[in-house]
Amino acid sequence: MTAIDDRRAQPGGLNQPRDGTPLIAVRELSKVYPMAKGERVQALSRINMEIGQGEFVSLVGPSGCGKTTVLRILAGLIADYTGDVSVSGKSLHGPSREVGVVFQDANLMPWRTALANVLLPAEVLGLNRKQARARAQELLSMVGLEGFERKLPGELSGGMRQRVAIARALIHDPAVLLLDEPFGALDAMTRDTMNVELAAIAARSKKTVFLITHSIAEAVFLSDRVLVMSSRPGRIVEVIPVQLPRPRGLDIIVDLGFAATVLRIRRLLDGDTASALPSIAH
Amino acid sequence: MSREARGMMSREARRLRLKRAARRCFAALWPPLAFGALVLGGWEAGARWGGLDPMMLPAPSEIAEQFQLGFASGLYPQHLGVTLLQAMIGFGIAICAGVGIGALISAVPLVERTLNPFLIAFEAMPKIAMAPLVIVWFGYGIWSKVVLAAAIAFFPVLVSTILGLRACEPGRLDVLRCLGASRAQVFRLVRLPSALPFIFSGINVAVVFVLLGAIVGEFVGAKAGLGTLILAANENLETARVFSILALLAGMGMLLHFGVTALRQRLLFWAGPQAGPPTA
Ligand SMILES: Nc1ncnc2c1ncn2[C@@H]1O[C@H](COP(=O)(O)OP(=O)(O)OP(=O)(O)O)[C@@H](O)[C@H]1O
Ligand SMILES: [Mg+2]
Repeated sequence: MTAIDDRRAQPGGLNQPRDGTPLIAVRELSKVYPMAKGERVQALSRINMEIGQGEFVSLVGPSGCGKTTVLRILAGLIADYTGDVSVSGKSLHGPSREVGVVFQDANLMPWRTALANVLLPAEVLGLNRKQARARAQELLSMVGLEGFERKLPGELSGGMRQRVAIARALIHDPAVLLLDEPFGALDAMTRDTMNVELAAIAARSKKTVFLITHSIAEAVFLSDRVLVMSSRPGRIVEVIPVQLPRPRGLDIIVDLGFAATVLRIRRLLDGDTASALPSIAH
Repeated sequence: MSREARGMMSREARRLRLKRAARRCFAALWPPLAFGALVLGGWEAGARWGGLDPMMLPAPSEIAEQFQLGFASGLYPQHLGVTLLQAMIGFGIAICAGVGIGALISAVPLVERTLNPFLIAFEAMPKIAMAPLVIVWFGYGIWSKVVLAAAIAFFPVLVSTILGLRACEPGRLDVLRCLGASRAQVFRLVRLPSALPFIFSGINVAVVFVLLGAIVGEFVGAKAGLGTLILAANENLETARVFSILALLAGMGMLLHFGVTALRQRLLFWAGPQAGPPTA
């Protein structure tokens, strides 16, 4: 409790959640990758961020700036970093049940049906089978895959596979959903649809969501706040709050506030004046 | 649309599908069938009228007769049973040992570093050269043949298992790792199933090798088995009989191969028809 109060008492700035207590807190996080021949790559340098309960936060930045590294640390897949990372007030040591992860590739097991893939975490964690099954069915309907339970990944489209991966990340009811460019491989139209669905899922399940994306428009469309990173070494240069009412529809791209926010982030990223942004996916 | 009409439609559709399947079957089969008929016909003609030495190349009809005789007398089934039993036990041992040791090697680096030079040396050695020694150790019964078959077939399974376990996509492993899965869970739920297409390509080689091991073992010293029959027929200059047993062995090898392919299709319904890494 006191720790949280302390943090609140700190002169915050924008990289703190707008409301609620922080569910994820990252303090002075740095990461160095050891390379061959004794070289070292400073991937992250003194990252600070907080994500509040139920908040939707996106991380944008140029390729190779360390976004995936941040996510892998939050997912417990990288252990040798410096700084503090805590989830739900507990400092993070290895993987946590409070976290569900969706990677850039769906990474489904091709020998398992869609339903069995969603059930995989339940098996690993030893959850009650019957309940997990019912929940998996529910999640598959939620991501719009009712009737596809028995299909193998090879029989599904790329977007469908990614939706299965989202359902799989939610099966053990984690507090946090981490997504690493989940729709990067999809075409623009499918991507728009998936973004609308993701917004609905986030709203319905009241999860805290941390999304990595290359698409500024996508980040603004979905998020409460957008963290902007720069590279070499990777650090957070700016936190942009998105003050647009929810629920947001795809027609928000003609909203002036939306365009202004997108433009502001774009300027931060490349200094250029951005050209028009016709689609959410670009 | 009435149910009757729909039934007729589907019957019509089924008939069409059957017709198409038959045509595809014919298209696939006619070249090898025609080629086989041509060769056998020429051979038969050469044996009857072309003065082919029956000691060298007996007529196909004579071989067929020997084949039929061997089965009618019950001799072939009996010896076939012995050879098959040896080969199958050896096959089972090769698969269990190959997958087991392969799993151990890829799981524990120290085991790999320890065993590697020995495994390379053992693999480089022609295992058939051990046949006389194996007979001395395990006697004239079935077990010497089992050991020889297993020793020869072990390596393709081992190598393919190690390659398969290594080739596992890191993304799939991440899915389990970020759940805090144990090593045993990772192995059972991801690594082993991911490696199966590789392992099956090793098993496909192994199934041919076990027959080889069994027959060579029987040549060197055995009481029963198709290898002993071949030796006996050869000594008596019954060339037609030798050919008939070779045909039997070829048929058996093919059956085993199809068996493995069928099993592969059952277990690897999710992978493509080719051996090798999965694509999905
Ligand atoms: N396993 C690794 N070993 C060594 N260096 C790595 C490793 N993973 C990432 N890096 C380096 O760390 C930096 C950040 O990589 P990271 O994958 O986090 O970037 P990213 O922002 O996710 O890029 P992208 O947008 O292209 O996915 C890069 O310079 C990369 O070369
Ligand atoms: Mg990345």
